[in-house]
Amino acid sequence: MTNLLNPATAVDDGPVPETTRSDWASDQEVRWCPGCGDYSILTALQLLMPELGVRREKTVFISGIGCAARFPYYMNTYGVHTIHGRSPAVATGLAMARPDLDIWVIGGDGDMLSIGGNHLIHALRRNVNLNILMFNNQIYGLTKGQFSPTSEVGKVTKSSPVGALARPFNPISMALGAEASFAARTHDMDRHHMQEVFRRAHDHDGAAFVEVLQNCNVFNDGAFAAITKKDVRKDMLIDLQHGKPILFGSEEQYGVALAPEGAVIVEVAKLGLENVMVHDETIRNPSNAFALSRLAKTPDTPTPVGVFRSIERDEFSSSVAAQIDEIQAQLGQGKLENLLRSQPIWEV
Amino acid sequence: MTEIGGASSAPALELDEVIIRFAGDSGDGMQLTGDRFTNASAMFGNDLATLPEYPAEIRAPAGTMAGVSAFQVHISDHDITTPGDAPDVLVAMNPAALKSDLSTLVQGGTLIVNKDTFEERNLAKAGYESNPLDGEDLSGYRVIEVAMTTLTKEACAELGVKPRDADRSKNFFALGLLSWMYSRPIEPTIDWIDSKFAGKDMVIAANKAAFSAGHAYGETAELGAQRVVVKAAPLLKGTYTNINGNTALSWGLVAASQLSGLPLFLGSYPITPASDILHELSKHKAFGVTTFQAEDEIAAIGSAVGASYGGSIGVTTTSGPGVALKGEAMGLAVSLELPLIVVDVQRGGPSTGLPTKTEAADLMMAMYGRHGECPMPIVAPRTPADCFDTAIEAARIALVHQTPVMLLSDGYLANGSEPWRLPDVADLPNIDVEFATAFNMVNEDGEESFWPYLRDENLNRPIALPGTPGLMHRIGGIEKDDGTGNVSYDPENHERMVRLRHERVASIPIPDAVLEDGSTGNADLLMVGWGSTWGAITGACRRVRSTGGEVDHVHLTHLNPLPANLGDLLRSYRRVLVPELNLGQLVRILRAEYLVDARPLSKVKGQPFTAGEIQFAIIADINEFSGSPNEPTSTTTKKGVAV
Ligand code: SF4
Repeated sequence: MTNLLNPATAVDDGPVPETTRSDWASDQEVRWCPGCGDYSILTALQLLMPELGVRREKTVFISGIGCAARFPYYMNTYGVHTIHGRSPAVATGLAMARPDLDIWVIGGDGDMLSIGGNHLIHALRRNVNLNILMFNNQIYGLTKGQFSPTSEVGKVTKSSPVGALARPFNPISMALGAEASFAARTHDMDRHHMQEVFRRAHDHDGAAFVEVLQNCNVFNDGAFAAITKKDVRKDMLIDLQHGKPILFGSEEQYGVALAPEGAVIVEVAKLGLENVMVHDETIRNPSNAFALSRLAKTPDTPTPVGVFRSIERDEFSSSVAAQIDEIQAQLGQGKLENLLRSQPIWEV
Repeated sequence: MTEIGGASSAPALELDEVIIRFAGDSGDGMQLTGDRFTNASAMFGNDLATLPEYPAEIRAPAGTMAGVSAFQVHISDHDITTPGDAPDVLVAMNPAALKSDLSTLVQGGTLIVNKDTFEERNLAKAGYESNPLDGEDLSGYRVIEVAMTTLTKEACAELGVKPRDADRSKNFFALGLLSWMYSRPIEPTIDWIDSKFAGKDMVIAANKAAFSAGHAYGETAELGAQRVVVKAAPLLKGTYTNINGNTALSWGLVAASQLSGLPLFLGSYPITPASDILHELSKHKAFGVTTFQAEDEIAAIGSAVGASYGGSIGVTTTSGPGVALKGEAMGLAVSLELPLIVVDVQRGGPSTGLPTKTEAADLMMAMYGRHGECPMPIVAPRTPADCFDTAIEAARIALVHQTPVMLLSDGYLANGSEPWRLPDVADLPNIDVEFATAFNMVNEDGEESFWPYLRDENLNRPIALPGTPGLMHRIGGIEKDDGTGNVSYDPENHERMVRLRHERVASIPIPDAVLEDGSTGNADLLMVGWGSTWGAITGACRRVRSTGGEVDHVHLTHLNPLPANLGDLLRSYRRVLVPELNLGQLVRILRAEYLVDARPLSKVKGQPFTAGEIQFAIIADINEFSGSPNEPTSTTTKKGVAV
């Protein structure tokens, strides 16, 4: 990027060493509540990392505040546990300073959609090369159970004893509205699905936003049980597959079609397979992805999971570096003597 | 251009200094006019100091008092330190400018007005019931009425410039006239017009025509004003440039990057009066500078923390309201023990306050404005050019002592300018930074490991940049174990860490405080200043000494930690007076730290102190305590005294 050298970027690369899960686990005791969905997300990621072909020392986990934000302590990589909501901002600065790093940003719905909402939307808009995993449990866990920006209307919590009033955010809709080049959803009950989505997020060049439906068994137990329990999944989760008709149900008897009012669930037998929407992640216009994101209003109706959108778009930190490179190619490396003489000067 | 530069027949009157104030509507280009006059004076070799003053609104309603924009410049043939107490010459481009700024003009001073604008509508907007040019109101001044608009339009007419466009060049007419009156060289202005408006031939032609017409007018019209010369000042040998504080500060940051070998990263959100640093640094990609215009103040500092963590020099620049928003992230940097530079270009507060006016009331916020025990070193530049050295000093402390540092500039330094003798780049000392590359601990099981909070003798922790093989570790804002860096809620450990963080800042070696030039060490009264008050305090002390008074002056660049000898120095004086552009913030710190009876001298008008105001206070103090019958003299001692 410049003539200025970071010792850490000067490391001779060579082949990436083989690793196993234990190489990616730190020596810290994991301190989430027993039964918390965070455990399975951690396991999924620790098992996936050896398959990604990346170095531990080039991998950084950045988080804000909340239960999810403890994640970096458990990964044997570089990591920073920052302050509430600001992880996308810290990660953006790090990505710009160090485009060689593989940066994961971990946070919850309160951290990323409430106090840090502004940073999240701007990181997505800029398309900074970050893998952003937002664990959505629809509650504030670490502060012991207040409603969150994804809690449903009417939710009774300590801070809403007669029911929460405000309409919740739909995280995928919000990400798409913020120009996300990659938006996906997965859930903590299916390791394989998580890993596939995380892998896709990692391989995406730009900001990859992943909503992970996560069970907080202490303050909001079963929030997603109606869709993620093993025996209901086939009927309640709509697995988006690029290039394939969007079908679900034990017999794939249901599908999704585009109607004037948006995406709707149809019976394939009635409508005909040819009228079922074929999923295309790569359409630049986000309308279809947005329609899919609006399909389920609450997590008790059939809900799409998988990659909603994945398009190629200029990545921010490399564009910033390219501007610097281009100027340096034009002008050469700056010389301080010349800078000091760049305004009118005179001799005494 | 033959008419330009022709010698006047009458010999010019030699003055040792002159203060000129250009005032007009925001749309009249007064900042540009003042700036050009200043640059021509700098090239000519005068010492100088400037005070740009402009409204917060980009275009306040034209012709109103709210829309008046002014630029004061003080030029001299000797060393000066302030833009001057009161102008000798006021250029008023419209009635509102006359009304708002006339009170600043010295009695008997020269008033140059664009008489074309003194018509009914503009007079009404300024709140004049009758035309002041007609009555006796201005009889105490030497009034020069010039039809600048008409003459500019006439000069441009033959070029085919439309009258409306010609009207925009009238500030160049004023500049030409003043350039003649004060014998300024014309080449710098002509060259500047050529380069500034390159490609816009009509604009170049119009501005040059207006400038020439103004110059010729001075030469040929019976102005009743003698041409004045202010000779070059005997400055030290060297190469000079005229520089304002924000530019000097930006260049200091670039220099720090070169001296440390670390890339510079600026995360910033636009805010007056700091935005020019963002603009300036955005130009210097050739130096590998990365600038990031963040979505808000918090993201700006957050990104800088991230960049510092990655091995850059993370910088964030803002003004008071932004510092308030960055508090939590500064605490994070304190906890992470990472280098970071926070630049606060102070302005009038609280809240939005006076965005374009100066004040220095953020010292307590810099010192204590974060939750928990959260110390940060603080440095403050004293002049526009000093912003260069102070920026390097901030970077040195941040990088060598691995801590966020606050740099307190202010609006007056940011926009004011002075001639700056360029340093020899080879003389600037390198900033040595080392990063950890190896394990530093052998665990009980005999395995080597890396402890991110295992301190060295300077209480620094090892910083291993991401990308360094083997040294993977986690850090965060939660309290951590001193040594391993693991999360720790242990009470003993927390107290140790709080004290360590305090000690790390308190023990930063900084130079002893030294008395300013002209101080004898024998006075009863010591003036203690910080930041931009240096110029006014220095000027005031010189005036007092020139009339036989005794006063000493010490000026602090480092406000945290304070110089080790400061307590003894303060106690060696009978009286200590602390001028500040706040209600007394440093003075409280001095009283608390040293149990000395330091007293405040406050000004919070959104303007810098004048030397006269401080001179008055010094004389009053000396008289009060010496029982001398001498009354303080006028606050505007003028000619013959170096200020
Ligand atoms: S409070 Fe909820 S989210 Fe937090 S650790 Fe416990 S179960 Fe998990």
